[in-house]
Amino acid sequence: MKIKLLTPNCSLLTFGRKNKVFDVMIIGAGVIGCAVARELSKYNASVMVVEKNEDVCAGTSKANSAIIHSGYDAKSGTLKAKFNVRGNEMMDALCRDLDIPFKRIGSLTICTDEADIPALEELKARGEKNGVPGLKILDRDELLEIEPHIADGVVAALLAPTAGIICPFKLTIALAENACENGVEFMLNTKVTNIEKTDEGWKVTTTKGAYLTKAIVNAAGVYADEMNNMVSDQKLTIIPRRGDYILLDRAVDGYVRHTVFQLPTALGKGVLVTPTVHGNTIVGPTAFDIDDKESTATTAQAIAEVTEKSAISIKALPTRQVITSFAGLRAREVGKDFVIGEAEDAEGFFNCAGIQSPGLSSAPAIGEYIAGLIREKYALSEKETFVATRKDIPDPSKLSLEERNELIKKEPAYGTIICRCESVTEGEILDAIRRPLGARSLDGVKRRVRAGMGRCQGGFCSPKVMDILVRELGLSMEEITKSGGDSTIVIGRTKDGDE
Amino acid sequence: MMIQYDIVIVGGGPAGLAAAVAAKESGCDSILILERDNELGGILNQCIHNGFGLHTFKEELTGPEYADRFIRQVTDLQIEYKLNTMVMDISPERVVTAMNRDDGMFLIEAKAVILAMGCRERPRGALNIPGYRPAGIFSAGTAQRLVNIEGYMPGKEVVILGSGDIGLIMARRMTLEGAKVKLVAELMPYSGGLKRNIVQCLDDFDIPLKLSHTVVDIEGKEHITAVTIAQVDENRRPIKGTEERYTCDCLLLSCGLIPENELSTSAGVELSRVTGGPVVNESLETNIKGVFACGNVLHVHDLVDYVSEEAKKAGQTAAKFVRGEIAENGGKVITLHAESGVRYTVPATLDPERMDDLLTVRFRVGDVYKDAFVSVYFDNERVQHKKKRIIAPGEMEQVILQKKQLASCPDLKTITLKIEAQ
Repeated sequence: MKIKLLTPNCSLLTFGRKNKVFDVMIIGAGVIGCAVARELSKYNASVMVVEKNEDVCAGTSKANSAIIHSGYDAKSGTLKAKFNVRGNEMMDALCRDLDIPFKRIGSLTICTDEADIPALEELKARGEKNGVPGLKILDRDELLEIEPHIADGVVAALLAPTAGIICPFKLTIALAENACENGVEFMLNTKVTNIEKTDEGWKVTTTKGAYLTKAIVNAAGVYADEMNNMVSDQKLTIIPRRGDYILLDRAVDGYVRHTVFQLPTALGKGVLVTPTVHGNTIVGPTAFDIDDKESTATTAQAIAEVTEKSAISIKALPTRQVITSFAGLRAREVGKDFVIGEAEDAEGFFNCAGIQSPGLSSAPAIGEYIAGLIREKYALSEKETFVATRKDIPDPSKLSLEERNELIKKEPAYGTIICRCESVTEGEILDAIRRPLGARSLDGVKRRVRAGMGRCQGGFCSPKVMDILVRELGLSMEEITKSGGDSTIVIGRTKDGDE
Repeated sequence: MMIQYDIVIVGGGPAGLAAAVAAKESGCDSILILERDNELGGILNQCIHNGFGLHTFKEELTGPEYADRFIRQVTDLQIEYKLNTMVMDISPERVVTAMNRDDGMFLIEAKAVILAMGCRERPRGALNIPGYRPAGIFSAGTAQRLVNIEGYMPGKEVVILGSGDIGLIMARRMTLEGAKVKLVAELMPYSGGLKRNIVQCLDDFDIPLKLSHTVVDIEGKEHITAVTIAQVDENRRPIKGTEERYTCDCLLLSCGLIPENELSTSAGVELSRVTGGPVVNESLETNIKGVFACGNVLHVHDLVDYVSEEAKKAGQTAAKFVRGEIAENGGKVITLHAESGVRYTVPATLDPERMDDLLTVRFRVGDVYKDAFVSVYFDNERVQHKKKRIIAPGEMEQVILQKKQLASCPDLKTITLKIEAQ
């Protein structure tokens, strides 16, 4: 028998709310939708997040550079510049509240030609105008001191000390979880099919029924244009731009210390090389405009391009130690800037559209801004019970031997390693499944606790994680998926397998 | 308080078991095997096909039966072991940190450590196969575990990339379970597996093996629906126009095994760039005093019989080391050099004083050779020259060195192994 788990603070709605009018419906549970949800959870309002995938953080938010830009890159005066700088400022406090890692490792934008140094100066001036602190141009000697494997051809770089690295899964999941604990409801596996204005408010039709809401936040990522165009005559067009990446083994940790960008030249935009908060090294992205909004397939050409271009920045980067490659889609709107705010001809419809880079960096600021607009418009009062902090899944590797043994005594599951590459215990996986908005699939577990994220890519642990999911969710092995939908892992029993 | 053992063996698979038995039989009584799984035997437990033990026991056993022979010796000899126990760290001072749910995390001080952690499979990510990343892609060993241990089928229309032994075995296994295995594609112009597996697992079931072919695209956003296979040129680059699309719901990868040496690295053990395993001397000792290695963590073997043989040696020398019978730095070191087709040798060095009367040197070649010679040179002098009908990368080769022959060459510095046409 299947057991549908309802988490205590956070009901996964399916039916029966058709008469209820929500104050706000947020379309999309990516980092933007979740940031808006968490900000709105500070106020007395009924908020529902609708997500078409089986988990939060399943689109663009899960496949990007995992960096927090300083904010010098966006043209002064744009929304990108404004929200990037503000988002960057907010990041320390937010990550402390949400108990997730954020490291200000600084970024370097390198150039390989003396003739390009004026362009670096220009970037520096632009950054200063945008309000980015601490920008400095380094010569090769200064550069070598802080980034010893910089490539031979690099002559100078712009240092932006406030740039940082973050885990985009952890950020999005933590925002969602905290919003959920503060009363925001989430409806997963639910796709919005139509939006129309009625006398009672907006009617949002989904694959799980129709709902009424006073306000809508459009955080639908690459589909934000389709949502907007259902309600507004100010049409948006999002042409996804695919970015391919490769991810290197943690054995390479320490080889690169900063986020190293390449100054765009006539030959192209270049790729970045950066450590991740987990000690891997990421290289990418490419930039291919595509017309299929689901096309996250990598190509051989793209993987080769990323690998080759990394050599412009970093000398002898061990790209042979690749453990996976992936591609994500940037939600690029043809107007090039973010589209943020209430649509002029659709009252109560708030856009967060065209959120390409620096979207991750801007997310907290976009959340703050949109929630502010909604609070003002609907005169929302502050929720006294709002709890700003949440505790992340404890990482036993950060504990002392004594603390660890205490934990194992209390919860023996913390003594069993399931994922040997990333040293993930059964206790962590159980926590990932059991907490609000918990993991329901192999990828859900992977994004929360990194089981299967290491060098064997789940070869050893995936059958074990499947067993745990079966046990915890009351499902059969045949029902366990990689990432929801049709992504089942096994098709049935062997000939002499037990019934 | 720290627990103390003379010998701690990391891994209770075929290597760890054989090493434990040999160490015990050599007179060492304080031995502990640490095994991460819930039973001894390692990967043999999921290898339910036969073909194991022809050399060791002169009969054909299944994997679990072969493991059982050693497990029984371990229990009969009352060798201690801990199951469900993960080794988290090994220090250069041979302090082993391990963890399980009953004992928590604990430290063991060992006089000698034998590394026997085995190997892992190269995953899809490491192969840079382009396309989507859907469900339905498995390394062959993971599929083998799902089918043979868990009792579930990963798919019914199967394509296999890579002709390593596990892939070949799984081609037959999936066919016997009613799946259609459409083909095995191999990037190299030769198979990485044993000839007998190609015959018994592919030829006998009319499963085509396409050499010099690879997967160039994977279709299916959520679940795999098809792959595109293309022929590759001599630089292993796909040749345009040779693409063929195969619908499938399952792609198995059998593209090489990697010795699992993360723990060895933490102990400061030097690794070979060719094998990915520790660099060892004639005693199977690594550069870290008292740390020995054997089995697939040292270099990937073709037959488990050779793993057992090698592990026996590691167990014996570790026991000798504990008793102080191995000279610390045996003095003279002769380097073994691999060239002209020979990819590596295990051991990489030898001390003529410390070696046994006969020393087996194992190696693999980098290409297929027909009617060629395996030659051994003592410096510039050829001392062995043995003709072989076929030498292939999928099969491990060996030469035997005699102590008394080495004793007659006091100035010898380098022993070279080569494949020669003449």
